[in-house]
Amino acid sequence: MTEIDLDKSEVRELNSMLHSLDDKSSESSFRVISPKGKHNIAVGVDAKADITIEGHAGHYVGGMNKHANITVTGNAGSGLAENIMSGVVRVKGNSSQYTGATGRGGLIVVEGDAAARCGISMKGVDIVVGGSVGHMCAFLGQSGNMVICGDAGDALGDSIFELQIFVQGKIKSLGHDCEEKDMGPEQMAKLTELLDKAQIKADPQKFKLYGPARTLYNFKIDNAYLP
Amino acid sequence: MNKPSVNEETGPVEDSALQESYIWSKQTIQEIQRAATEGIYSIRGGGAKRKVPHFDDLLFLGASMSRYPLEGYREKCDTNVTLGTRFAKKPLHLDIPITIAGMSFGALSAQAKDALGKGAAAMGTTTTTGDGGMTQEERASSKTLVYQMLPSRYGMNPDDLRKADAIEVVCGQGAKPGGGGMLLGQKISDRVAEMRTLPKGIDQRSACRHPDWTGPDDLEIKINEIREITDWEKPIYIKVGATRTRYDVQLACKAGADVIVVDGMQGGTAATQDVFIEQVGIPTLPAVRIAVDALKEMGMHRKVQLIVSGGIRNGSDVAKCMALGADAVAIGMAALYALGDNSQKYAEEYHKMGSAPGYYDAYHLGRCPAGITTQDPELAKRFDPELGGRRIKNLLQTMILEAQTLARACGKSHLHNLEPEDLVALTVEAAAMAKVPLAGTDWYPGKDSSY
Ligand SMILES: Cc1cc2nc3c(=O)[nH]c(=O)nc-3n(C[C@H](O)[C@H](O)[C@H](O)COP(=O)(O)O)c2cc1C
Repeated sequence: MTEIDLDKSEVRELNSMLHSLDDKSSESSFRVISPKGKHNIAVGVDAKADITIEGHAGHYVGGMNKHANITVTGNAGSGLAENIMSGVVRVKGNSSQYTGATGRGGLIVVEGDAAARCGISMKGVDIVVGGSVGHMCAFLGQSGNMVICGDAGDALGDSIFELQIFVQGKIKSLGHDCEEKDMGPEQMAKLTELLDKAQIKADPQKFKLYGPARTLYNFKIDNAYLP
Repeated sequence: MNKPSVNEETGPVEDSALQESYIWSKQTIQEIQRAATEGIYSIRGGGAKRKVPHFDDLLFLGASMSRYPLEGYREKCDTNVTLGTRFAKKPLHLDIPITIAGMSFGALSAQAKDALGKGAAAMGTTTTTGDGGMTQEERASSKTLVYQMLPSRYGMNPDDLRKADAIEVVCGQGAKPGGGGMLLGQKISDRVAEMRTLPKGIDQRSACRHPDWTGPDDLEIKINEIREITDWEKPIYIKVGATRTRYDVQLACKAGADVIVVDGMQGGTAATQDVFIEQVGIPTLPAVRIAVDALKEMGMHRKVQLIVSGGIRNGSDVAKCMALGADAVAIGMAALYALGDNSQKYAEEYHKMGSAPGYYDAYHLGRCPAGITTQDPELAKRFDPELGGRRIKNLLQTMILEAQTLARACGKSHLHNLEPEDLVALTVEAAAMAKVPLAGTDWYPGKDSSY
């Protein structure tokens, strides 16, 4: 276990060290202390490493992650694990706006709440939120799965493509072209698997599934937002 | 005046004697009738068709007695430029200041992208990806490749970021400032769909705002993230459509750009609403001057490099742009035409589609007979990337020879030594926009006045 104290080292030094990791590196376990809300911690990692950030992280923590298993013990700022490719990024507290934006693979777990626009433009990532999410979540989401154990704000799933959204709590409103879908055994199995992987306790039977009505897929005048 | 009416003394009225209304021109009437039939705006590709003040409205003052010209063929006139000197560990050293603008794979065939890379590489300049990610073909053929990060983030990934030579954060485009990308279903082939993670054949309308930052303060952090991911090696560009250019350029500087790309309103696009192309943004001519002044105001001119695009057609446009203070230019439409778009060769096919060589702009429909703005494998096969690459090289070479001719005539041993004092304006509008004197006077509107 290597310990990096961000009171003593710069984020640049930390990232530079993490970028030098490869399959042959002897050390694969890192503990980052005193993050104090600094931005861009552990971005662009491309290695099977375990990285624990003890405290609060700023914007884009775990951005574009590949393979690594990153945990933030406190809260995280905007753009947590944006464009994640693979691996797992977990936040034990809450996360701010655009969590997992454009993420293409891997798993993001927010044990607390995620703010607005969680999963915006997501392209294949799985996102599990233990608490509630803000407005416009999964906006323009293209692919992947989103699990919301609490409530969702306004315009959930607006303009989504092939994305599945599982919600246990109340939804303030659904966005344009997002509708409730029947949950079949396949979807139930996926939900169960995601809750398991995320180690979040919830009863899959209590969730409802939402997806695209697919009325926006083709450019028809009826799709325009007319007054 | 009705055509069939016959004046007893002069006989039937000639067509040419009919007076077309300026307000209700034939095109206007046709557009109203199209709208009345279809109930939706018209979508097309290309740039603005209306006349806007442009570089043609400026002239160079060649040297004679008061200034010394350089020998046309023998004396040196350098053309190189370095981009990204502010923060990047590896700035780009280009042989010529003419770059190929971002045009997406999706909008263009993979073959056309390949040709752009080949031509640019042969002339020691950059090509740019676009709203669809990086293709292997263009990475392989481009010696230096700029990788765009757009609001849609289609295909975005850290490996391609690292493979790129520079990264361009696109905040806007001259043809549609404030609008997102558009690619209609005809062009969403299997490969395009896969690269963009979209269902095949849907009409794709991408976001106009970035998904993970909102204002310039956030963008600064976002740019630092990209720098961290790529270990501070690559120059980071910010591209904006020309609108509130002074503020946009200064905010881009503040957000930490190494290079700023300003794209004038007449810049080309693969597809958007006609009303966007024609009615939004300011022309390239005033945009250059405003951008340069904005950089100077911050003490950043030449420290943050400025690339200008939108209607750059030839070496004189390049030289004029640089005389106004740009470090380099980018070309889109000129490159497509060089590849053979709108060529006479396909006149018959253009006619069949209700268009003609010189007029074709239905890039969004993907039926390009020249195999350039299409994803149809049969059409794309018509296009030869080797030949296309040579044609791009020839165009760039011609443009640079022209620019050098003008620079030498003004006594300049480097294109960058061209200055506003080498220019005069032909019209009061151009004088006002470029802030160079109206020819024959020492005046331009607004000179010596404060506003
Ligand atoms: C076919 C086509 C596709 C384009 N695709 C993109 C794109 O993906 N991203 C982008 O920033 N600009 C795109 N543009 C705009 C160009 O990058 C550039 O701003 C413009 O073409 C410059 O003006 P010009 O065409 O008059 O040279 C595209 C332009 C064309 C003609």
